[in-house]
Amino acid sequence: MSTANSSQSSTPYSALIATENGAPFVLTESERHEIEHAIHHYEDPRAASIDALKIVQKHRRWVPDGAIALIAELLSISAADVEGVATFYNRIYRQPVGRHVIIVCDSIGCFLTGFDELYAALQSTLGIQPGQTTADDRFTLLPVCCLGACDRGPVLMINDDTHFNVSPSNLNQVLEQYI
Amino acid sequence: MSSNVNVGLTNVGPETHPLTWRYTRAGKAVLDIQEYEALEGYSALKKALAMAQTDVQAEVKASNLRGRGGAGFPTGVKWSLIPMGPDVGQKYLVCNADEMEPGTFKDRMLMEELPHQLVEAMALAAYAIGASKGFIFLRGEYILAAERLNAAIDQAKAAGYLGENIQGSGFNFELFVHTGAGRYICGEETALINSLEGRRANPRTKPPFPQLAGAWGKPTIVNNVETLMNIPPILLRGAEWFKGLSQGKSPDAGTKMYGISGRAKITGLWELPIGTSCRELLYTHGGGMADGLELACWLPGGASTDFLMPEHLDLPMDYDTIMKAGSRMGTALIMVVDNKQNIVSVVRNLEQFFARESCGWCTPCRDGLPWTVKILQAIEKGEGEPDDIDTLQQLTRFLGPGKTFCAHAPGAMEPLQSALKYFPDAFKQGIRAEA
Repeated sequence: MSTANSSQSSTPYSALIATENGAPFVLTESERHEIEHAIHHYEDPRAASIDALKIVQKHRRWVPDGAIALIAELLSISAADVEGVATFYNRIYRQPVGRHVIIVCDSIGCFLTGFDELYAALQSTLGIQPGQTTADDRFTLLPVCCLGACDRGPVLMINDDTHFNVSPSNLNQVLEQYI
Repeated sequence: MSSNVNVGLTNVGPETHPLTWRYTRAGKAVLDIQEYEALEGYSALKKALAMAQTDVQAEVKASNLRGRGGAGFPTGVKWSLIPMGPDVGQKYLVCNADEMEPGTFKDRMLMEELPHQLVEAMALAAYAIGASKGFIFLRGEYILAAERLNAAIDQAKAAGYLGENIQGSGFNFELFVHTGAGRYICGEETALINSLEGRRANPRTKPPFPQLAGAWGKPTIVNNVETLMNIPPILLRGAEWFKGLSQGKSPDAGTKMYGISGRAKITGLWELPIGTSCRELLYTHGGGMADGLELACWLPGGASTDFLMPEHLDLPMDYDTIMKAGSRMGTALIMVVDNKQNIVSVVRNLEQFFARESCGWCTPCRDGLPWTVKILQAIEKGEGEPDDIDTLQQLTRFLGPGKTFCAHAPGAMEPLQSALKYFPDAFKQGIRAEA
């Protein structure tokens, strides 16, 4: 095998993915380190795919294309497999999100206790539809299935915080906590 | 962020409520290992480690403990299907803590308030089945539970209840909290295993059952949080004691975390003898419906159970009785629907949930659920076509048991078929008059 051929075949897939500034996408030292650490929890590197996506998302809020390819290389699986996982799970974001992500329970417990009114109030207060981000990049609004607090609904989460008994009347107090 | 637990706060006598007894004794969450040990914590594990593995299994089987995740399969029978013996090799114990069934919030409370009881239960169960590695598959949104479980695991390791040569027994067990990234389908046993392996959470073909070929192809037991947390008390006080806890209210054994959501006066959780009636739960403990509202119907245990009516209130809430009444006990956290709700809208909300959460693996589920939602939306707006109700009836059969890869779509059809049965007029009202 010629040198030219072998160098061509070893070009990592990740290097072929375009980025905004033209430079190849790289994972930070800490992202790489955390992913390598996560692999050790399982029998097989593939099992760390969800953890790896969550690690990248923790640092960047979302998972850009370049990260998919680099995670695939770290786990020795195909980028298509990583993309398949990334797009299956609703808490992995493949599009940019705002500084704070609001997930609102739209399941039956909250539906019975005022979800419709809360969801409408959220959309009018933020001026966005579900799936959108406010122009100032402050909030992204998403629906989510039952958050496991049906005795205290309506329920929503902002980032890692769960808020119970949220209604149009106390919504602003909740939102004000997130700048 | 502590849960709305109404469970027997006066219950400080002998242990009659194995799931919340330690919590009520302490009067708060039991997070510190020494505090848990002072409440006889980890005594069951020590006792079990001195017994033969098969004897531990036999005690659980004799207790008649049935799976608290919703299906009610006898735990001891599930365990007895796992291969034992020195040649079997690696086995896994997985705790299903992916609580996402709409209307269900019991495992959150148990893990947040009593993390050590789950850690002890897992070490004990792992010993019984010979698993050297365990995973708690926790939904990603349970941030506080993850924090408290990880802290409990660290304490348990330091105290020699996890890790190598536990309490000098020669038994090794490593426990790890795996947090998910969403999707209801992860609660399906085999989909959960796929997710744990870092794959899309599509269910797997059964057989082989996980007991023979589960995580990474190795024998695996998957048990629910509440199921597991019953096990240390069973080992400590015996199968006969556990059977007596239902106080003759049911042939089933033990207590159950019951709960109320919807517009009742008091919502929350209660640990009560299994077989307690819904009337007692709703009216004695929950104070009845909120002011000005009447009970129209109720879901006995989550979104995927058939509606029951006020006439069913006196039935003991146990697996077989609720099954005979045409529903399933499911998770036993009831959801009350009041008379001000439009039942078609309620069912539409339920089916939207199932349609969105379908994994898309098999056609009846992937295509049938959005179709169901479209019809319900039309009926809700008074724009239903004359044959829409027949189509919905047909869908309940085409998406029913045996037609799909897993229980997701059949579960989705349960509230629909029962709403059609009990509230035919509400659906008929949404049908457009023929021109």
